[in-house]
Amino acid sequence: MFIINCPYCGKRDQLEFSCGGEAHIERPKQPTELSDDQWAEYLFMRKNIKGVQFERWNHTHGCRKWFNMVRDTSNDKIHATYKMGEKPPIK
Amino acid sequence: MSNELRINKNNFIDQTVRISFKFNGKKLFGFKGDTLASALLANDIHLIGRSFKYHRPRGIMTCGSEEPNAIVQIGSDPASTEPNVRATEIELYEGLEAFSQNCWPSVNFDVGGINNLLSPILPAGFYYKTFMWPASFWEKYEFFIRYSAGLGKSPTKADDDLYDHQYAHCDVLVIGGGISGVISAKLAAEKGLDTILIDDKNFLGGSTIYQDEESFKINNANSNQWLAREIENLKSYKNLVIKSRTSLAAFHGYNYLLAREALTDHLSVHERKNKIRQRLWKIRAQKVIIASGSIERPLVFNNNDRPGIILSSSVKKYIDYFGVKTGKNISLFTNNDSAYETAVSLNKSGVNVNVVIDIRENSDSDIVKKAQKLGIKILWGHTIVETNGYKRIKSFEAMKLSSDGENVVGNKIKFNSDCIGISGGWTPMVHLYTQSGGKLQFKSNDNIFIPDETKTPSEQISVGSCNGDFELDDVVNNTIYNVKKFISLDKSSYDKINVTCSKESSKKNIWLLPSDKPLYKTKPFLDFQNDSTAKDVKLALREGFKSIEHVKRYTTTGMGTDQGKLSNMHALGIIADTTGTNMGELGTTTFRPPYTPLTFGTIVGRNVGKFFDHTRKTAIHNWHVDNKAEFENVGQWKRPWYFPKNGETMHEAVQRESKAARESAGILDASTLGKIDIQGSDASEFLNRVYTNAWSKLAIGKCRYGLMLNEDGMVYDDGVTTRLAENHYIMTTTTGGAANVLSKLEDYLQTEWPELDVYLTTVTDQYSTISICGPNSKNIIKKIIPDLNLSDENFPHMSFKDSKIDGVNCRIMRISFTGEHSYEINIQSNYANDVWKACMDAGKEFNITPYGTETMHLLRAEKGFIITGQDTDGTLTPSDLQMDWIISKKKYDFIGKRSLYRSDTIREDRKQLVGLLTDDPKEVLEEGAQLVEDINKKPVEMLGHVTSSYYSPNLNKSIALAIVKSGKKMKGKKLIVPMEEKNINVTITDTVFYDKENKRLNA
Ligand SMILES: [Zn+2]
Repeated sequence: MFIINCPYCGKRDQLEFSCGGEAHIERPKQPTELSDDQWAEYLFMRKNIKGVQFERWNHTHGCRKWFNMVRDTSNDKIHATYKMGEKPPIK
Repeated sequence: MSNELRINKNNFIDQTVRISFKFNGKKLFGFKGDTLASALLANDIHLIGRSFKYHRPRGIMTCGSEEPNAIVQIGSDPASTEPNVRATEIELYEGLEAFSQNCWPSVNFDVGGINNLLSPILPAGFYYKTFMWPASFWEKYEFFIRYSAGLGKSPTKADDDLYDHQYAHCDVLVIGGGISGVISAKLAAEKGLDTILIDDKNFLGGSTIYQDEESFKINNANSNQWLAREIENLKSYKNLVIKSRTSLAAFHGYNYLLAREALTDHLSVHERKNKIRQRLWKIRAQKVIIASGSIERPLVFNNNDRPGIILSSSVKKYIDYFGVKTGKNISLFTNNDSAYETAVSLNKSGVNVNVVIDIRENSDSDIVKKAQKLGIKILWGHTIVETNGYKRIKSFEAMKLSSDGENVVGNKIKFNSDCIGISGGWTPMVHLYTQSGGKLQFKSNDNIFIPDETKTPSEQISVGSCNGDFELDDVVNNTIYNVKKFISLDKSSYDKINVTCSKESSKKNIWLLPSDKPLYKTKPFLDFQNDSTAKDVKLALREGFKSIEHVKRYTTTGMGTDQGKLSNMHALGIIADTTGTNMGELGTTTFRPPYTPLTFGTIVGRNVGKFFDHTRKTAIHNWHVDNKAEFENVGQWKRPWYFPKNGETMHEAVQRESKAARESAGILDASTLGKIDIQGSDASEFLNRVYTNAWSKLAIGKCRYGLMLNEDGMVYDDGVTTRLAENHYIMTTTTGGAANVLSKLEDYLQTEWPELDVYLTTVTDQYSTISICGPNSKNIIKKIIPDLNLSDENFPHMSFKDSKIDGVNCRIMRISFTGEHSYEINIQSNYANDVWKACMDAGKEFNITPYGTETMHLLRAEKGFIITGQDTDGTLTPSDLQMDWIISKKKYDFIGKRSLYRSDTIREDRKQLVGLLTDDPKEVLEEGAQLVEDINKKPVEMLGHVTSSYYSPNLNKSIALAIVKSGKKMKGKKLIVPMEEKNINVTITDTVFYDKENKRLNA
């Protein structure tokens, strides 16, 4: 069970959080301009990497803020957490 | 009691306190401090149970949690009986009753033993090969398998015992109270760190605490005496908590660990009353020191499973710790020095050591020399090729090993012995380490897997024999060095420690020892609990299995309740030898938590019965209870389902309630609907984006129904939203969807549209909702709020008014889920019960009838209103629901819009919502029933299914909603609902059954 550093509250138990899937997928600004394939790419296609992955997390049972996390899925090491809209501190 | 097997050692066993217990109904005695296993051995009972597949007699093999054979059922009370308990781990208590498992009719005469004779036809994969086909025979096999292969009986009544969960936080957690754990804990405590030391036994000190032998000294004292003093010293540290009888069950990431503390299992039955039986500790530690030790390996040779064949280190513990002789004429069989420690101990205690069979050519370590000096006979370079004795070992035969170790040569030498102590070396207990994510490395000189320092998760170390140190000086010195480094301690009280010990000088290992017989005629057991032999592993390899994980499952090696603690290394070794692979490359199987089995009680703790889940009750709940409501669980909510009167059935009650609601007045507690308060200058724009219809032009004081989609275009939730002020809305959601809708809206606001000025607050619990419907609803509201103008002009359908009831602010909405003229009163929850009662009083003259969820569902079905989650399942678009009218054509975008014209969502043959009428109006369909057109065309095509179905008292006929392939085009079409005993003919209709013109809304 992780200890997650919420960018707003600090370190908390994983019990308080929920994961919202891959991060940095922006909702298209003009969905109507997109082809079926382009829309499907946004809607369905997600990475599932063994290794460093960028994820969305929500402090559901805390401040309820969404933030991003850089996590290595192979060993669950959390490299960084950062606020929505901020650039990832790690590439 | 057979006193001749008990010697007088008073360190650990209190022979002044006799304890009576029963085994298989026979009354026996032991002493305080005994385990069930040691007490049975003292009574000369070795035969405990039967093996899983061949039903071979099996005895106590170990003295700890790795025990594969001595597994018993404790107690016979249907609530508290516990199966699959290791006799080696049960502390003896007054009144203990234990039974053999897996044998019928008795352990001494077992019908299943016939399997042993049949064993040539029970090879690896036997169950897979025989019972998998034909599938229809499974029911017949199952009876046979369950009867002959049972692993104890489950309790049949609810567990009366109390269990507890507790959190603990510490700087350092030390797992294991052997010598390395004690040293680690003391170092951490010296540094001033908050430390917890846990150990699964009732007595700290591991195997060193009874190592009273001059060859092993620390600071000039025998190692046991030194350690006893150290343990005593630990008690003076206030920052150190010692938890004995506590076994570590799981080691998760980020140093989160679970441990089970046994609090009353060692007490006599009458002392346990009203006490917590077991506690699950949830520990978060800054640093973890694993000192879990190692367990001795058996040797794999022909018929190595007979009762009386015991691990050599266990023979030693039984004599040195418990004072119990495991036999009168004991032999030892080994590939390493540790069996000589056992030989010396036995000799000191006056037990005859017949012979030590050692597969090595020689050894000149101190302990071996000492054994030789005591006159103990050693047979170098020999192996055991056969053992004899059915229910107890009587004798064995040994032969000389060939120089390559693959064959035996020369003559058989026969020895009589009633016990053989076997030692195949040591296996570090790395289970917890690997559970935490650590990776192992193979150390070939000792044939062991140990933690790989470079692949260890941070903030933990392994010390002592679980880290591959087996000799006392290495254990002590390396533990001190590594722990000091780990906790950044410069100086310690151990810095001048002086350890001397016997050092092993010669090593030899043969995973499968040869016999004079060919392999197929022998039974060299690997996994004693699951009865898999070295032959089975070899067969699996011949049949093409290569991965250790596959071999394990096919042969069931390591699949028992002991998770192969004794067998895994041999299985790996034999695979490596047979395939010419390096063991390190094969890797180990995965060790999964829990390390030893946990009871369900410990896992669930207090979360049983009414504490299983949270219960949400509305402010009017007690009124419902007082008025005999039957309740339905909707998520965590308790909602009135129906209000039976005078012994009505559910059907009768619902019919009465439904009629009353349409004929005069009905009242519903709708407080569970989700309510989200939405404020901010962009509130209208926000609603435009989250609902399919347009919101900007909704006038203040008006209500509108909205449909919310997922980005994939599928209907997600629905409800009425009211514009309270220019920048202020109140949204209602479904009861079950409330929390998820709020989360979803917050997500969009925070991540996609942070520029919007919108604030969301859940007010579901703060406001209660009372819905009054029916032609007399207006009259009732008039009585409660006399100064409110209820004319259709002033207060039309789909509008709201701020008002007061007895001076309390409330919001009245004129909205309807029944199709009747209706009002919803929203009021601060603490007044809701009084307002409800006021409504009941006011409605008395109109026969106001409280109704529950079932009537609500029926009334809305008559009107063809959907319930998301019942008529929808996340695969239906608004168009599929025949709700195209609610999709704004003008809006550029809203959640899910783009998906509504994907190639898949515009298909005309999608499943679509329709109404159904049965040809026989009395016939009520079952929800979930399938719809077909042609029952004779095979395979029968399923066109859809019934989603809602009721008998309508207002229409006097059965009505249903269904989703059907191409349903929109099928109005008037006849379909069949095939049921088990008959086919029901139905016709597809419009979804609205009642008051199609909506005249009643303004009635
Ligand atoms: Zn937070």
